[in-house]
Amino acid sequence: MARKDLLELAHLEREEIDRILDQAVPFKELFTRSVKKVPALKGKSVLMLFYEPSTRTHSSFEVAAKRLSADVTNFDVPHSSVVKGESVRETVETLQAMRTDYIVVRHGRSGLPAMIARQTRASVINAGDGAHAHPTQGLLDAFTLKEVFPDPAGRRVLIVGDVLHSRVARSTCNVFRRLGAEVAFLGPGSLLPKHGAEGVRRFTDYREAMAWGPEVMYLLRVQMERQDVQYFPSLREYHRVYGVTRERLAELDDKGIWLMHPGPVNRGVELCDEAMDYGRSLINRQVENGIAVRMSVLYTLKPGSENPASD
Amino acid sequence: MNRTLDAEAIEAGIQELARQIRATLGDEPIALVGIRSRGDEVAERLCRVLSEDDPDLMLGVLDISLYRDDYEHLHENPQLQGSEIDFEIEATRIVLVDDVLFTGRTIRAALDALCDYGRPGRIELAVLIDRGHREMPIQADFVGIRLETSRHDHVYVSLEGTDGEDKIEIKPA
Repeated sequence: MARKDLLELAHLEREEIDRILDQAVPFKELFTRSVKKVPALKGKSVLMLFYEPSTRTHSSFEVAAKRLSADVTNFDVPHSSVVKGESVRETVETLQAMRTDYIVVRHGRSGLPAMIARQTRASVINAGDGAHAHPTQGLLDAFTLKEVFPDPAGRRVLIVGDVLHSRVARSTCNVFRRLGAEVAFLGPGSLLPKHGAEGVRRFTDYREAMAWGPEVMYLLRVQMERQDVQYFPSLREYHRVYGVTRERLAELDDKGIWLMHPGPVNRGVELCDEAMDYGRSLINRQVENGIAVRMSVLYTLKPGSENPASD
Repeated sequence: MNRTLDAEAIEAGIQELARQIRATLGDEPIALVGIRSRGDEVAERLCRVLSEDDPDLMLGVLDISLYRDDYEHLHENPQLQGSEIDFEIEATRIVLVDDVLFTGRTIRAALDALCDYGRPGRIELAVLIDRGHREMPIQADFVGIRLETSRHDHVYVSLEGTDGEDKIEIKPA
């Protein structure tokens, strides 16, 4: 059954997740060829509709689309901080007239990609909507986790930081748990969900979280540009309490713990400088895998088809 | 009316392919590249026979899913499995191997896919079955079995390693 849109991972059946992850393997293998491009989406157009700034996700999607031979157009979104529903609708009508095949959309408002998806025959991929979801981030994290642990069942992953406002935490936690991994959160009490999903432990103390025995530590980015700053006294304080300091890095190394981060890293906040060279850091691999996973997503979605009724 | 070819006929086809290729073996490095799915099994079986003549014979697998010309007509894109070309393709003599040669479109896609790995010395084509009805100017260099079919017949190939038995069925549309 072909799917039109990728809006959030909760919509996907386990088989669909497995298929996207499995197919990302041959896509990643292409990167070692002299010609990294394949003609699968030749003549198709991908429109990048980013209402929020993003360097990584934007360029990752762009590279992925180009390696599939699609044409990529960047739609210049007005820089107004609040884009009203009305103007988004007008934008979508314009896009419809442009007969684009795929729309990659990022917006500060939850649910906006879903709204666009209902109004167009193009495949819509959610590249982050508010605090709601960031499905391709979850998928690329899952792919990276599986490279280290081919069967993630029972593996312990500690997600650290502002879990409450993080769409990354939401999507990544969702897919990690569906692959059977055990997930726990660590962060200031004010930034952890009050009622976490069942089976997800919550820690506010770093040492207690480490005693739980995580095998992967997933650090969330402190969102300087968003709300985070008001929740803790200072960035130095955050680093001291929840960051991977030099001393803690030695402990991670000692215990063989893998390190993940969605990027871009705030040095001296989530991670000390030395952590950039940490042997078990998966951060650069997440970037490379992001391209392969997004190629797999673009290849799997079918513009013009219907989404399963569960959406 | 349905027609079938049994395991013996398939084995004879593979031996015939091997005989034809053997006659052309020289000093140059040669690689058999099977097209997924089933072309890879034909190539593997050919390789087993021919490696007695050329112990350095190389074997590869090609997935052409990303090079097809019919996505528009597919309800769902084909499951991608990936290629395995673990040898230097530059200046190598490549024999592409497939189970059935029909319209020639798969071979067109395979040529494109192969050339994205480098510039082979030359490429030849070996097919277990040539059933005719080309839609492209493509011919095989080595043919195991020639089958008379009409354009709309279906030719179903089962192979031991992929499907559990060796069998070819020709069914009218």
